[in-house]
Amino acid sequence: MFRNKRRAGALTALAAAAALVLSGCAVDSGTGGGDGGSEGGSDNLSITFLPKNLGNPYFDTSSGGAEEAIGEFDGTFAEVGPAEATPDSQVSYINTLTQQGVGAIAVSANDPEAICDALNEARDAGVKVVTFDSDTNPECRDVFINQATAEGIAKVQVDLIAEQIGGAGEIAILSASANATNQNAWIEMMEEYLASDFPDITLVETVYGDDDDQTSFDKTAALLQTHPNLKGIISPTTVGIAAAARYLSTSEYKGTVALTGLGTPNQMREYVEDGTVTSFALWNPADLGYLAAFASKALIEGDITGAEGDTFDAGKLGEYTVEADGVVLLGDPFVFDAENIGDFDF
Amino acid sequence: MTATTTTVAATRTYRDYDRPLWQRLFLTREMAIIGLLVIVSVIAALSVRGFSQPITLTFLLLDVMPILLIALPMTLIIITGEIDLSVASIVGLASVLTGVLIQAGVPFEVAALLAIVAGAIGGAINGFLVTVVGLPSLAVTIGTLALYRGLAIGLLGTTAVTDFPDFWTDLAKARMGNTNIPLVLFLFLALLVVFVVLLHFTPFGRGIYAIGRSSEAARFSGVRVERTKLILFVLAGTVSALAGVYYTLRYGSARGDNATGLELQVIAAVLLGGVSIFGGRGAIHGVIAGVLLIGVLASALRLANVTSDVINIITGVLLVLSVVSSSFLAWLRKRRRAPGGTPRVEASTAG
Repeated sequence: MFRNKRRAGALTALAAAAALVLSGCAVDSGTGGGDGGSEGGSDNLSITFLPKNLGNPYFDTSSGGAEEAIGEFDGTFAEVGPAEATPDSQVSYINTLTQQGVGAIAVSANDPEAICDALNEARDAGVKVVTFDSDTNPECRDVFINQATAEGIAKVQVDLIAEQIGGAGEIAILSASANATNQNAWIEMMEEYLASDFPDITLVETVYGDDDDQTSFDKTAALLQTHPNLKGIISPTTVGIAAAARYLSTSEYKGTVALTGLGTPNQMREYVEDGTVTSFALWNPADLGYLAAFASKALIEGDITGAEGDTFDAGKLGEYTVEADGVVLLGDPFVFDAENIGDFDF
Repeated sequence: MTATTTTVAATRTYRDYDRPLWQRLFLTREMAIIGLLVIVSVIAALSVRGFSQPITLTFLLLDVMPILLIALPMTLIIITGEIDLSVASIVGLASVLTGVLIQAGVPFEVAALLAIVAGAIGGAINGFLVTVVGLPSLAVTIGTLALYRGLAIGLLGTTAVTDFPDFWTDLAKARMGNTNIPLVLFLFLALLVVFVVLLHFTPFGRGIYAIGRSSEAARFSGVRVERTKLILFVLAGTVSALAGVYYTLRYGSARGDNATGLELQVIAAVLLGGVSIFGGRGAIHGVIAGVLLIGVLASALRLANVTSDVINIITGVLLVLSVVSSSFLAWLRKRRRAPGGTPRVEASTAG
């Protein structure tokens, strides 16, 4: 009997050893560039991007922009992240990056507070921290790359839906997760802007699709069931708007219920072309990643410290200035419609 | 059957008793996992850059602490042949309750205590439905998984409470002196002693194994089956809530979706540690090795820049292999013995 047990142990040991040896190969290739860079201390241009989760086309695009930027200044690009957009799993990755001694972490926070201590631990170890897309508390990072001001984003989406439904009627919001920092701030401002400028538009419900395609799809269906007089939906998240558009395009509501929000051209092209969606807004996530990479470089090289008034060069995007609280603003949101969507590919 | 004093719960055949003590202690499923843990740690320390530094231990222990804590009662529950899927939801509920009470001006100590009591009540509801009403624990705890999570998210809505006393949040992350040992480890060690004594050195613990082998036989030998199970579910709820309070302090954030999916990590670690999902078999040292093995693998692979999907795949394959290998070997044993000698009674082969 014990012979068999020993064999069982040996079998499992072999499997795990194989797994580690295989990953051991990945180690060498993954950190080779980082080794060279870390020797000089402040010229350790090994920059790792930690998005909210992997497999999200939005972050794939921002990481693409980051990789392009890092290629331009000969740094080392890496991307790690959890499968699910939860703060605790981001903490594990931040700890790991601290251990690896990377030059900078560019992170999109799943929770403004939960990852704070881990980020500060990284900064104590000499790692520069840039947040992009979704910020943490200001004392936990060096610089935040803001894609657009919350006012600008809220305003453009409300203006778009108001134009599409003729300035009156019931609308609903399909958001990301209930705790999403960005979306909650935007929704609050949309509510204020609606109340002050569009008294005839009623926001009947805000639902949360958790940035999950199927959940967002189901929530859209539920919204239309619950509110038969609904005239428009705003979805301030790329996953949500694509799922909502997919539902609308095959339903009886196509063309009668307006949909706008924040989406990427590649995801929305089909629905703009078939008339489900008239127009939607976004910034360019590739530019966001690109700018975050250049801000990381400027921090690592000591060109900026994150203080108000610091300026740095961001390659093809030109020169940027750090504003109060260490915020760097990418620019105004951009409206995509049938006319111009063909010009974009991201 | 319940009166035996061996520490290894093997099927009682002559061959088992024939083996010398050292073999019975060391040639076990548990030791195989401990050995694997050592091998994996050594390989990781040698081949993964940054793994061998002392800080790895701190991060590793802090990361797996909720799993370690909940794995203790979960081991006992699975040995009785039941399961509790609601533990992660109780973690979330306890986290939210702590946050809500603090927001309402209750001192942290009282809030934490109330959250733990709520966890015990949550566990008692599971236990009541399983033992008194007589429903299968899988169905009951799938229900309460959704119920407790729903309550947690409903209570806090879209917000998160982040304002906790610094003393406690620092304590949750504090290390002992200049070492890399987190203080919270001692909380775990205290609970560990309780659970080891309870499972391996008391009649109550022998009763747990007996229930897992055969609930009816246990009842006829005087084990109070329902009472035992009820106590275990209450323990699971209490320890999960304690883990929830720790989780809240560690991340300084009480949110409805805290620890979502943690129950699967706990159960995976318990099964990997040699506990049979059919009940009646398993030991706590194996489970701890199982939790640490998953933790070390995840930590080493993250350091090696392996993506989380691949980490999940490797953990999953390891789990499946460990379950399949023991079932396969049991089948092999049975086949070898079938010709000739009397076929032995298959009390609990898998696991």
